[in-house]
Amino acid sequence: MISKLTYAERETAFAIALATLVGGLALGIAGRNDVLGWQGVIVVVFAIAVLRPLMSSYYEPPVAEDRKVTYYDDPTKVGIVLAMVWAVFGMFMGVWVASQLAWPELAFDGAWSSFGRLRPTHTTGVIFGFGGNALIATSFHVVQRTSRARLAGQISPWFVLFGYNLFCVLAVSGYLMGITQSKEYAEAEWYADLWLVIVWVTYFILYIGTIARRKEPHIYVANWYFMAFILVVAVLHIVNNLALPIAWGQAKSYTIWPGVQDAMVQWWYGHNAVAFFLTAGFLGMLYYYLPVRAQRPIFSYRLSILSFWGITFFYMWAGSHHLHYTALPHWVQTLGMTFSVMLLVPSWASAGNALLTLNGAWHRVRDDATLRFMMAAAVFYGLSTFEGSFMAIRPVNSLSHYTDWTVGHVHAGALGWVALITFGSIYTLVPALWKRERMYSATLVEVHFWLAIAGTLVYVFAMWNSGVIQGLMWRTYTGEGTLAYSFVDSLVAMYPYYIARAFGGLLFLVGVLVGCYNIWMTIASAPLAASEKTDAPLLPIAVPGE
Amino acid sequence: MAELLHRKLERSAVGFVIAIIAAASVGGIVEIAPLFTIDETVESAPDMRVYTPLELAGRNIYVREGCYACHSQMIRTLRDEVERYGPYSLAVESQYDRPMLWGSKRTGPDLARVGGKYSDFWHVAHLINPRDVVPESNMPAYRWLATTILRTDDLPKHLAAQQALGVPYTQEMIQNAARDAYGQATPGSDFTDGVTERYGEATQISAFDGVTTQVTEMDALVAYLQVLGRLTDAAHGNAAEATSASAPAP
Repeated sequence: MISKLTYAERETAFAIALATLVGGLALGIAGRNDVLGWQGVIVVVFAIAVLRPLMSSYYEPPVAEDRKVTYYDDPTKVGIVLAMVWAVFGMFMGVWVASQLAWPELAFDGAWSSFGRLRPTHTTGVIFGFGGNALIATSFHVVQRTSRARLAGQISPWFVLFGYNLFCVLAVSGYLMGITQSKEYAEAEWYADLWLVIVWVTYFILYIGTIARRKEPHIYVANWYFMAFILVVAVLHIVNNLALPIAWGQAKSYTIWPGVQDAMVQWWYGHNAVAFFLTAGFLGMLYYYLPVRAQRPIFSYRLSILSFWGITFFYMWAGSHHLHYTALPHWVQTLGMTFSVMLLVPSWASAGNALLTLNGAWHRVRDDATLRFMMAAAVFYGLSTFEGSFMAIRPVNSLSHYTDWTVGHVHAGALGWVALITFGSIYTLVPALWKRERMYSATLVEVHFWLAIAGTLVYVFAMWNSGVIQGLMWRTYTGEGTLAYSFVDSLVAMYPYYIARAFGGLLFLVGVLVGCYNIWMTIASAPLAASEKTDAPLLPIAVPGE
Repeated sequence: MAELLHRKLERSAVGFVIAIIAAASVGGIVEIAPLFTIDETVESAPDMRVYTPLELAGRNIYVREGCYACHSQMIRTLRDEVERYGPYSLAVESQYDRPMLWGSKRTGPDLARVGGKYSDFWHVAHLINPRDVVPESNMPAYRWLATTILRTDDLPKHLAAQQALGVPYTQEMIQNAARDAYGQATPGSDFTDGVTERYGEATQISAFDGVTTQVTEMDALVAYLQVLGRLTDAAHGNAAEATSASAPAP
């Protein structure tokens, strides 16, 4: 990989990695009397891990490569591997915390291993580690193909990828040490947040630069979603994380948003992290890999437009449905509910567009587990967006809120939609990137598919049951007009479902391990494919007579 | 027509970026900005006090340990919640909360009004091993809090940062933050009077963990739990109204 860089590019890469190392050192020294110091050490170790391979092949002769006629896929390859590593980590943490709810002694009396500290390592590991790496990797791949142009940078893709992973490592290691802002899905502290801003701005410049190089007049729909994902996540991240550190040498900061305003900002962020990270980005994936795998064009261009702008506009209003019946003013709750219900239209337009694209290719869905992953993802997307709109209705929310129903809903989306579309895309992408004829084993893809489906269903049904039972027990009155159940009664009723949920999660994790093995074996030993000449950027056509 | 317009938009990367930002900005601006300008958003509570340094330190431990992942601090305007937990929560009650800890999940019960419901001793026993007092509980044990000395030397910086963001801490409170933390957890010490002087007579002075020779993280966390819902009485005026608040029929 390093051999493909020119000497000048290696110098730049070296300088950036060295600057990161120095930054880590500075953080370590400034924070020597605080847990922040250990975060500095982690930055230094990370920078050394990047510097080592760079230094060892620094003077190797550069491999001649005609960049005009090739795509740049090395960052995508590494991104996919990292996504799978994070998937295993994040889902293992998920199974562990789920088991702690059934068997609390599994925290082993440690500070770092108690539920409250592990829970964000699961959410960050899965959403940002697994999901984020998958999005970065696939967006690099998709933007090049749909623009028929090479990535607009040789070093910046690596900076985005490794810089992003450094953010994830800082965040997750921080939680274990007790560093957290407690903002859900934005727990990382100020220094990590600032670092992510630098990485993300680079990502945006790289992406828009590549689109500017395009040889196609139109920007393809997948890129609309990836652009919305990059742009809006930047806005959400910055606004939600505005905070004042108590000192430059300490990890702790206080958010600038107080009380009720903080609640609104947090859920404006939180719900749109779902919208623009977990929905828009992955719709970008769907709009490219589903038609490619099905070998059918997208069903409707108009539906694509409708759903894209509907999602971009409506979602930003929906966050306040997380705050029904709270101290947030009623008018904001009502707006949130209204737009959440309207969101069903663009959401189902997307899901319908995906499923109708499969018309004429249903025999492939039957035979090809990879395409079936994507089909199932579209179905779960449709189901969970319906459920989301339903749960946003105030009286429904009075039952579902604070219960496991919400957790079940999130996992219907995260496992059923996000993870399945990612696996479908990865199984499409891996043979193409490593120039293999096919995946190492189609049977193992099939096994993974059924483990994933079984795991998701067990999980979601367990949480539906526990959530509804819990919600009903809290509001059940006796004939005398007193509350029928104590809180502990409702907790005791949850135990069987907590065990079932942990089992469902375990099935899903085993599926991922099967997938990792299959990907590993594909890279190591699947037969090479005959070279495809068409997978290259378009050259400017010389017009005769010019 | 609209389709033709869109075909044009698709040809311009910059145009598309601007259109996305424009479409995505509206919702947030309309829903967030007025929360700062409409006065009724946050009720007034002249009797409300700020967290003492010890309580603030306890709150930061609550944040650090991720307690909010299982406990809400937001009693909704529903009959069963008001009867189970107390008067529904008001926005003003979290006006000094950075971040807010309303929570999103109740694996354990709501804690918005847990202050004063149990003794300090109960809290300490419960945090050391929840199953000793609630056999059915699935809460983690937090034994190490009782043996970890609370860091107090940086408390002035915590209060100063809060003051910079608009929480009404005085210079005197900032300067005495570390001493006040010690004084609140050490009844009868030289620093106790300063706490009640600065934070009011009603402030609970107690050897929260039962040991006065050192101030531990257990002291701080219990001090925080004991003040939850007791910084102001504003919500209690609504108690009668709350029980008749619109709620689905039981």
